[in-house]
Amino acid sequence: MHELSITRNIVATVVDHARGRRVDEVTLKIGTLAGIELQALRFCFDVCTEGTCIEGAKLRIEEIPGRGRCVDCDETVSLGQPIAVCPCDKRARLIIEAGEELLIHSMEVH
Amino acid sequence: MCATCGCSEGNVVTVGDAKGHHTHILPDGTVIEHTHAHADEGHSHSHDHSHSHSHDHSHSHSHGHDHSHSHDHDHSHSHDHEHPHPHGHEHGADATRTELLEAKVLAKNDRLAERNRGWFAGRGVFALNVMSSPGSGKTTLLERTLRELGATSSVVEGDQETDRDAERLRATGVPVVQVNTGTGCHLEADMVWMGLQALQPESDSVVFIENVGNLVCPALFDLGEHRRVVLFSITEGEDKPLKYPHMFRVADLVLITKVDLLPHLDFDLDEARRSVAAVAPEARIVEVSTKSGAGLEAWYAWLREGREAARAVRSKPTAATV
Repeated sequence: MHELSITRNIVATVVDHARGRRVDEVTLKIGTLAGIELQALRFCFDVCTEGTCIEGAKLRIEEIPGRGRCVDCDETVSLGQPIAVCPCDKRARLIIEAGEELLIHSMEVH
Repeated sequence: MCATCGCSEGNVVTVGDAKGHHTHILPDGTVIEHTHAHADEGHSHSHDHSHSHSHDHSHSHSHGHDHSHSHDHDHSHSHDHEHPHPHGHEHGADATRTELLEAKVLAKNDRLAERNRGWFAGRGVFALNVMSSPGSGKTTLLERTLRELGATSSVVEGDQETDRDAERLRATGVPVVQVNTGTGCHLEADMVWMGLQALQPESDSVVFIENVGNLVCPALFDLGEHRRVVLFSITEGEDKPLKYPHMFRVADLVLITKVDLLPHLDFDLDEARRSVAAVAPEARIVEVSTKSGAGLEAWYAWLREGREAARAVRSKPTAATV
């Protein structure tokens, strides 16, 4: 359950930026290949924000789809899992171009 | 509660050495040091509470603009000092505004991992992060490796509770520090830093960091290590790398363990190799049996190679880290 530790990091960073102001909304950008269970993250967010200036804030999550590019055929492939082969050839190497993001994008402050 | 000493200090991380000293790190960063002298006639329990507060303040400042202004680049500044930087347009007391952060969630861990990396590089220490599911044979492999090569090695041992694995490894004669993560399912860079301060490994030595047995969470946390070693045993099935791609894709070396059991199982080694290659095409694969000794020479050769590379970096401080 690394989502708890991830959420603690998110809350600490947002609290730090807010400097006591009330936060109404937090927007995260999370890639589908980042290895984060969003439901677990939402649960942890409610728990970790209790008693902070973020308590009750809306959590928005923008999911970024996984995308890879094949070194051999240069095709762009959409990825559901971080698997490093292109369908063109089982041995080809795929560079993951998107989907591993784990970012705090923005916050709405009052 | 700490399962090592039974003292109750809340949700904590524990770093302990062989002499009954251990340190608890509370969630807010407070460090509590305990000395437990276990005399035969009773339980003398001296609590030396030295509350040193380690504060790692990372203050990022962000520029919030109410007008539309799209930043496509990464724009997060981190400062170690207090840096209030109000920078925005206020429109009355009730107005809300959006502030862009674009901050990496794991920025703090990544920064602390860099500190570990620098610490290793300055001493020519070769550091390995050893990961697998529980029961794949990490501790058993390390026991034999330390007995056969252990002259200049030491271990940071991560487990949720108990120092059983640390005790097993200490029996080989090398220095071992146990880090108990409590409810935590993985080691983080600051825990390794604490472990290293307790361990004080020699220059030019090898530090094995045995992570908490878990094939998911440890993959996300950089510890500042040079190489990542991921084990899976043949009793776990050929498709383990495909089921846990996040872990296997960060591996530099994959050890397929317990191969002495091959005659008793329907395990297809070629298929296992293909599973690894699908997720981590550049990882080395070595099949080993700690029991029979098969494949261990290749594992030791890989270790020697890494150790030489780490030493070379120390003797040439301008070179890039390995």
